[in-house]
Amino acid sequence: MTILSDFTPNEMMTIAAARALSNEDVCFVGIGAPSAACNVARLTHAPDITLIYESGTIGTAPNVLPLSIGDGELCETAVTTVSVPEMFRYWLQGGRISIGFLGAAQLDRFGNINTTVIGDYHKPKVRLPGGGGAPEIASSCKEVFITMKQATRGMVEKIDFYTSFGHGEGGNHRERLGIKTKGPTLLITDLAIWKPDPETKEFTVVSMHRGVTRDKVQETCGWKVRFSDHLEETPPPTELELTTLRELQARTEKAHGGKKGH
Amino acid sequence: MAKFQNLEEAVAENLHDGDTVAFEGFTHLIPHAAAHEVIRQGIKDLTLIRMTPDIIYDQMIGMGLGKKVIFSYAGNPGVGLLRRMRDAIENGWPRSIETVEHSHAAMANAYEAGAAGLPCAVFRGYLGAGLKDVNPAIRSITCPFTGEELAAVPAHRPDVAVIHAQKASRRGDVLVEGIVGVQKEAVLASRRSVVTVEEVVEDFDDLHPNLCVLPHWTVTSIVQVPGGAHPSYTHGYYERDNAAYLEWDRISADRDLFSAWMKENVLGQGPEVFAERVKGVQA
Repeated sequence: MTILSDFTPNEMMTIAAARALSNEDVCFVGIGAPSAACNVARLTHAPDITLIYESGTIGTAPNVLPLSIGDGELCETAVTTVSVPEMFRYWLQGGRISIGFLGAAQLDRFGNINTTVIGDYHKPKVRLPGGGGAPEIASSCKEVFITMKQATRGMVEKIDFYTSFGHGEGGNHRERLGIKTKGPTLLITDLAIWKPDPETKEFTVVSMHRGVTRDKVQETCGWKVRFSDHLEETPPPTELELTTLRELQARTEKAHGGKKGH
Repeated sequence: MAKFQNLEEAVAENLHDGDTVAFEGFTHLIPHAAAHEVIRQGIKDLTLIRMTPDIIYDQMIGMGLGKKVIFSYAGNPGVGLLRRMRDAIENGWPRSIETVEHSHAAMANAYEAGAAGLPCAVFRGYLGAGLKDVNPAIRSITCPFTGEELAAVPAHRPDVAVIHAQKASRRGDVLVEGIVGVQKEAVLASRRSVVTVEEVVEDFDDLHPNLCVLPHWTVTSIVQVPGGAHPSYTHGYYERDNAAYLEWDRISADRDLFSAWMKENVLGQGPEVFAERVKGVQA
């Protein structure tokens, strides 16, 4: 398989996220980069992955990326479509989802996510859309993957609001709250792949994408970055991965009148 | 017993100033035509319940009809933020609104509890999450059997539910298919309901027995409004008009542009325009 040198940081992020998914996964998919990653996985190495969108579609296989969480194509290609209460009660709360895939407006080093407000909750500087399904995705899925583009305003020392709980203040904070699932186990950015330290649960860079420096990772992150002693380079996209992603996005753009599904 | 009416009568009879209302539809089947009629009738001081407030509540809030919103995700799906709702929260324009914020799981459970006649919903939720610190309607309850602490929220019991569906039979039974969302629960949780439908058919005799149907005696009012979900979509009839959602982002970004758009496209129109609007996106 040819390795391509011409790819964007965003493409690398999506493809690295796709690689983290396996054929056996049952994945609760968020719109945006997570949706692109899950569908690239399905169209390449994980054809039997089960994708679930919170609108109630289970086992969906869209030909284009949905613009919204409830596009018709998700229902038309699904194994079954259930009501929203059933989705949250039987499927998510029932513990039937292996991976919850979330994005973040603000993220801290312990994988806590804010998509609710910037500033004070009662007098917000910016009112963001809010959590939707995320508070329970973060606690009910067996593991949580997070994707986001690195920027100091997004990756912050302290988030303004705990929309979804990651590892809290680190260590065994989840267990102390009685949460039985693993929480965030992987963070994939446009520059690097991060995993939580087994003890402290602080996200640590384990792999940097080609051409990325430690300085670049630190400059775009609001906390002091820890790098693994065994730092690797993320293998660049293969021709199949990149072609699959680009064709998916071209089909999506055509279907949605110029708007990409991310 | 379901009554067949025109939209003006159905809204005037069922929605009143100060009511708690739930317009539902999860991306799919959003009752836009009915929301526009509420705006034309200027029904005010509404408490608006909805999982995803999106464009119709952005329009109602921007026109000053809402005093309170109970919600779990305030976004224009696939596009971005709700600019009129944000303007009301951040700047009090055209009036300030109270917000009660939940997660999707809490909202879905609260509707289900309302439909089941229970006072509250119990579920495993909000673990470690910040909303329970800012929303006093989120409490906890201890399981009497296992001792597990669970989240509890009050049941939704709206005065009125408003939904859009594919079909009604002559008798008034309502068929909802595709992404069914939380509409069945919203109707059963509410005291009254208004259902707009694409078409009225003789009966449902040839349909599969497991389809989602609201029996006629659970529905208050049925109105035939072809295209009534546009720019949302109706599975089997027409597709989502994504361009209109993108366009809303531009229109809603500016107060004057918003007001002019509402005057031209809502205040000065009737529900009959919806059939015309879906011609370009018919399935």
